[in-house]
This record gives sequence, C-alpha cells and structure tokens, in this order.
Amino acid sequence: MESLDLLWGGLSAAATPENLMWAALGVLLGTFVGVLPGIGPAMAVALLLPVTYGLEPAQAFIMFAGIYYGGMYGGSTTSILLNTPGESASVMTAIEGNRMAKRGRAAQALATAAIGSFIAGTIGTMLVVFLAPTMADLAVEIGAPSFLAVILLAMVLVTGVLGSSRLRGFIALFVGLTIGLVGLDLNTAQSRVDFGSTLLADRIDIVVVAVGVFALGEALWVAAHLRRKPLEIIPVGGTPWLSREDFGRSWKPWLRGTAIGFPFGAVPAGGAETPTFLSYLLERRLAGKKSEFGQGAIEGVAGPEAANNASAAGTFVPLLALGLPVTATASIMLAAFQNYGIEPGPQLMTEHSDLVWTLLASLLIGNTLLLVLNLPLAPLWAKLLRTPRPYLYAGILFFASLGAYAARQRAFDLVLLLVFGALGFAMRRFAIPVLPLILGLILGPTMELKFREALALSGGDASGLVNEPLAVIVYVIIALAVAVPLVLGAVLRGRNNTPSGPTDPSGPADQKEMVS
Amino acid sequence: MSTTLEPDAPTRAVDRGQYLLATLLVALGGYTVYDATTLNVGFGDPVGPRAFPYVVGSVLLVLGILLAVATARGDRPQAEEGEDVDLTHPADWATLAKLVVVLVFTAATLGVLGWAINGAILFAGSAWALGSRTLVRDILIGIVLSVGSWYAFYVGLGIPLSPGILDGIL
Repeated sequence: MESLDLLWGGLSAAATPENLMWAALGVLLGTFVGVLPGIGPAMAVALLLPVTYGLEPAQAFIMFAGIYYGGMYGGSTTSILLNTPGESASVMTAIEGNRMAKRGRAAQALATAAIGSFIAGTIGTMLVVFLAPTMADLAVEIGAPSFLAVILLAMVLVTGVLGSSRLRGFIALFVGLTIGLVGLDLNTAQSRVDFGSTLLADRIDIVVVAVGVFALGEALWVAAHLRRKPLEIIPVGGTPWLSREDFGRSWKPWLRGTAIGFPFGAVPAGGAETPTFLSYLLERRLAGKKSEFGQGAIEGVAGPEAANNASAAGTFVPLLALGLPVTATASIMLAAFQNYGIEPGPQLMTEHSDLVWTLLASLLIGNTLLLVLNLPLAPLWAKLLRTPRPYLYAGILFFASLGAYAARQRAFDLVLLLVFGALGFAMRRFAIPVLPLILGLILGPTMELKFREALALSGGDASGLVNEPLAVIVYVIIALAVAVPLVLGAVLRGRNNTPSGPTDPSGPADQKEMVS
Repeated sequence: MSTTLEPDAPTRAVDRGQYLLATLLVALGGYTVYDATTLNVGFGDPVGPRAFPYVVGSVLLVLGILLAVATARGDRPQAEEGEDVDLTHPADWATLAKLVVVLVFTAATLGVLGWAINGAILFAGSAWALGSRTLVRDILIGIVLSVGSWYAFYVGLGIPLSPGILDGIL
C-alpha cells in the first residue's frame, strides 16, 4: 500500500494549522465566487488564481483544491435556487433541484447535493490515489512520438467528437494554438507571431487569456444583453438536513453517480456533461413510473451531483499522470502549476511527487471542509444571489483586471486582457467553444516540443513520428474516433432522412441539401 | 425546396457578422504563415521553428474559408444564453463602449495613478456603465475594494501593485 503511505505523507504535510487555514480560505472563496450567478468553476478558478501568487507551491495547491471544489459546490447552489446552471454539467441538477426548491425543499436539495458531492469527491480522489501512480509509471516510459499522439488524441476528443459543431471546435483549437505560438520560440529564441511588438516576446500569460476569455468575455457579453427585470430567487428555509426518508432515497444515487462519473473523468473523454446526463437518465428509469421525476425528485439531484464531482476527481488522473487537462477547470489548474515552473507531462508525478501528494491530500481535506462549512452556510450563500447586477459585473471586471495585472505587474497585460475579453465576447456571439481554445493554448507548446523532439531523433524523417508501437495504436484510435461518428451519422441520416437529435449547427446546411 | 424545413428557414438572412469572423481567421492564419517565413532555421535543427506555425496558420486559414462557406450555406450560431442574458433585444453597444473606455483608461493611466485610484475608478465606472445610479456609494465601494486589494497583495502576498501618485502614502 505504497500509495496510502504517500497519501499519509501528503496529509501530514497538508494538515498543519496554517495549511488548513489556506484550505478553508480556498473553500470559502471558491464557494463565494462560484455562487455568484454566471460564474462557473472554471471562471472561479481563473479569477482566484492571483490570490495564490505569493504562496509557496504546496500552499497554493492546497488553496486550489478548496477553490476547485468550492466553485463546483457554488455552481450547484445557483442551479437549485435560480434554475441557472453556471456550466453545462449542472444542467441536470437544475432540472430536479429547482423543482424541489419551488416545492419548499431547497434545503434538502442543497444538502443532498453537498453530501453527494462529498461522497463522490472522496471516493473519486481515493481512486486517483491508487490509479495515478500506476498511470504515471507507464507514462514516463512513453517517448516523444507517443506523447505527441496522446496530445493529439485529447485534442481530437475534446474538439471534434464531443462538441456540438466540429468546425467551431477546430476554430477554437487553432486560435488557441496560434495564441500559444506568440512569443519567443522555445528552441531558437526567435520571436514569433508578435505583430512587431517586443511586448509580446515573453509569451502571453495563460492567466490573462483565461481570465480574459472566461471572466471579461462573460461580463462584456452579459453587459451587452443585460436582462432588465429581476430574477425570482427561492429562499432557503427549514432545516438544512435530510430526513431519514430523503437519506434513504439519496445514498444509492450518490454511489451510482460516483460509479458513472469517475471513468468519464479519468479517461480523457472530456467533460462532465455525459455522465451527469447518464446518471439522471438512470435514476429516472430506476425510480419507475410513479416517481416524482419532473416535479422535484431528490434522486435526480443526488445522482447527477455525485456524477459531476466524481468526474471532476477523475480528471486528475490524466492531469497528474500525463499532464493532460481535459476540462476547462483542469486546464486553468495546469496553467497555475506552470506558474511554479511545473510543466505538463508525464514527469509531473515523478519530479514533483511531494506536491502531487499534497494536492491529493488537500482535495480530501477541501472536500471535507466544504461539507462542514457549507451546509450551515447555505442560507448565507443564497443571499449572494441577490447581488445587484451592476455590482456583480463591475466586480468581475475589477477582479479580472486585478488578476491580469497582478500576474506580472505590467499595464500592457490589461490591454491584452481587453483583447481576450473581446475574443471571449466574440466566442459567445458565434458559439465557439472555450475549452478547445484553452487546451490548444496550454498544450500547443508542449505539442510542438514533442513534435520537434520526435523528428530530431529521426533526423527530420517523418518516420520519427510513428516509430513507437503506442504512437501507432493511438493514431488508429484517433482515426476511429473521427471516422466512427461520421459513418454513424451518415448511416443514420440515410436511414431516417431526418435530423436526429441535436446535431451540429453546420448540420442544417447539409440536411437542407438532402431534403430538397 | 422541400416542405419538411422549418417554415422560417428560407426567409432567415445570412449571419453577416460571421463573415467578419471568417475574415479575421483568414487574416490571422495568413499572418501566422507569413510570420513563419521570416524565421531562420539553424543548422542541425531538422524541424526548426517554422514547421509548426506553418501547419497551425494554414489550418486556421482553411477553417476561416470553411466558416465563410458554411455561413453562405445558411449556418447560424446559437449565441450563448445565461441567467442575466436576454437575447431577444439587440446588443447594447453603448454599454459596451462605456466599459471599454473604462478599461482602456485603466490600462493607460495605471502607471501614473496607481492601482488604488485606478481600481476605484474601474469599479465605479463599470457599475455606472452597467446602470447603477448611486455614484457616491459606488465610489466608496470601489475605494474599499482597490485599497483593500492593494494592501492584501502587498502585505499578504508580497506583490507590489503600482502605487502610482500615492507612493509613500499607502
């Protein structure tokens, strides 16, 4: 049980009074920012990155763990009380949770979400503890060609297969890759894509891009389309605790949700949308016809919330073992690691193993603090939903600027922030997904490094890209991942001659041709 | 045309804004490729700094063209919804312009005025642009936020944000 020993080491490193304070601060700040309407976990982490700048790496990681789970918990609060999921993974929670709230059971919905998140997060983190070292052992064996192939696989999965529009996904990815090119070339120190400005030579800070695209983009987008009428907010009343009956109906969905969610996070298949959706469907089916589904079934909150958190814990497997972030939040956490000179890649776990174990231990601590602090605080958090909108978005602009500026204390970064805020605005206007862009930005430089490394070994011969069996296998998987949906889509369309479900926005053009 | 289409589909106009995006993508891709041609490839470097930008730039260029083609064929994006978002009205460019002015002012004067002053102006100005009409209260909140964050970063995290003209006073 080497893993348990290492985890114990991590726990004792993380559990000093000072570190516990950072963890509690992270949980409270994460929840605070996550509860604010319109702010999902990714934006919460991006906005709060600067808070950790002056800290030691271990303390910063401890705080991140709190911010991460706090932000996710805050998201479920808005879903339940406002029926407004801050991110797509909370959509399922919003469906039944908001109905429960309307029937006066907001406290129970929040409680089942909190406890389910705690159980799923704890089980998920323990699974990471056992899986990540094994994966990391395998990962250090793989060479540059295979690693390049794995990065490509992650990009193709996130961009082409999971998104609603392949064209928009790839646009986002390549814009991200282009931003990643800006600045000095890592090998030859020549400045690239710098528009003739030396200010861009030392590369664009990922924090500035993330804060610009997530926070400023969101604030500008909302400012342009601000709803002028107030929203209906449901008060949290009653005891914030579950009755025996509620508990009896919740515990199985918690466990089932965990089982569904974790693998989706752990395999770089991106996102928590699919597992939360599957968990919701499963619980509805198991509940049978007489269930309350559609009117506020507690199972419909317990399952998806557990699935969401288990998937979030699962994303730490590829993140820690391969340095591959597969969600927007994980990407920003990786960007935070890079601030400490920790590069993404299979070496993460071997070269910085003490940090990784502290991080894993802090995830467990953060998760526990979340439950202890937030169940009693739920009514207080709910009050935050009443923040007047001008203050809310002015606050986002303030803290986004603070974060972008504090990173390097250059006023020029505020100009960059505005540029990326405009980009974020355009992406919302044109339905360009954010995740592929962040992924391209973070993994692009690593990818180029591996690409050049692989070709340098073969003296520039293209065979250098495929001279490892693993690389070949991964390329076959990529080919299948691209081809299978295309073929299936063609077959389905040919059979039904009707659009099937939510196809990509470029689909209607094709369908128009087919029916005319 | 067939009758199975949505009734309003043929009457929908092409989303012209999307041509603008396509143009920008083509320009960015083109610039990236051009920029790559100006780089030197050293000896003993089989790939060099050019290859990757060549690929990225040309794919971006092609994606821009594809987007223009898709737009011409009737592709329309589904703009993002949100709890505070009301897409039934056209975009409020006046509010946006005010916010951009506030942000540009902040970036331009940060070196002179310093974060404590700029931050307060940033908050109060943005709140005003977004429709708040309690200017005195907004400025007070802004001052608390900006001075508070200046001290939090300086004392708590050891990061000196620009003190500007308040150097020595803070």
